[in-house]
Amino acid sequence: MHRTGELFGQFQTLEQQKETATLGMWVFLVTEILFFGGMFLAYSINRHAYSTAFGIGGNMLDLKLGAANTIVLILSSLTMAMAVWSATTSRKSLVTIFLILTLILGCVFLGVKVVEYKQKYDHHLIPGNNFDISYCVKNRSAICGTPEELGKEATEIEEGLKVDPDLNAHSQLYFSLYFAMTGLHALHMIIGAGLLLFLIAQASKGRFDANYNTPVENIGLYWHFVDIVWIYLFPLLYLINRHLA
Amino acid sequence: MTEHIVSPKLYVGIFFSLMVFTLLTVFAATRDFGRWNIVIALVIATFKASLVILFFMHGKYSARRTKLVIVAGFFWLAIMLGLTLADYSTRHAEPSRTQLSNPPSSLQIRS
Repeated sequence: MHRTGELFGQFQTLEQQKETATLGMWVFLVTEILFFGGMFLAYSINRHAYSTAFGIGGNMLDLKLGAANTIVLILSSLTMAMAVWSATTSRKSLVTIFLILTLILGCVFLGVKVVEYKQKYDHHLIPGNNFDISYCVKNRSAICGTPEELGKEATEIEEGLKVDPDLNAHSQLYFSLYFAMTGLHALHMIIGAGLLLFLIAQASKGRFDANYNTPVENIGLYWHFVDIVWIYLFPLLYLINRHLA
Repeated sequence: MTEHIVSPKLYVGIFFSLMVFTLLTVFAATRDFGRWNIVIALVIATFKASLVILFFMHGKYSARRTKLVIVAGFFWLAIMLGLTLADYSTRHAEPSRTQLSNPPSSLQIRS
């Protein structure tokens, strides 16, 4: 393996070699855009068809955790960008520090996601036999929120049932899409965390500098892409119907 | 074209504008703009995504060939979303319940 940034035979200049690596990474990211695009399309069509149920489902997500996670992820994008900057300016120790920061922030994001998933499990919002959109309202249990919040939720479901008698089935569809989309996103984060571990191991040996930083740059592109997916997931899943809540 | 190094100052600036727009989109979501709520949310998200692509991902400074690939990716996404949604949102061919209970003879399934 060549890891020193030397020029390969098929390229004329180092610059051309770098450009090619960036281009290849973007071609891969385009396939990812279309991959996630399919899920966004499925979401849009079903939201269009069952907007009441999707609105009620969306309002059951934890807005504070979602917003906090958005901030964490954007911050991790900043540290990733800084890691790339440190590599291109040959600040070798800074590269490692910024990569570790990025990894920590990525893990914080995944941790918050676990808390959210656990909440959905407790509230019987995991699609399947035990799914019940009105579980919290029926049981009035303290884990679901304050009596005031539950009261709002109850009226919302009551109103929803008038428009859509199959509210439970359709909100289950919302949660299926929620878990599929955030799960796929989380899977990308986990893969990204693995890639970061690889980068940290390399960076700690001082492998990356102004001459050779393609892995940092390309994994950086991947990390930012995952951030962009979340930038769309957050408003679509958490925000759209908040004003009605 | 030599490699462009973006200054940390600009990165931090971009980060703060991303934060501002995150807060803005959360705030906008709590207000009732009717059907515009979804439009506002998506416009802000697209603006944030553009900032990430242009600056964090160096889209602004990359080779023209790379730019073409980036634009093409979103162009194909637009085709997929646009044409499919145009179809779904303009189809009114679904029979209503009354029609279903008494379908015209041409639609009845012969067994």
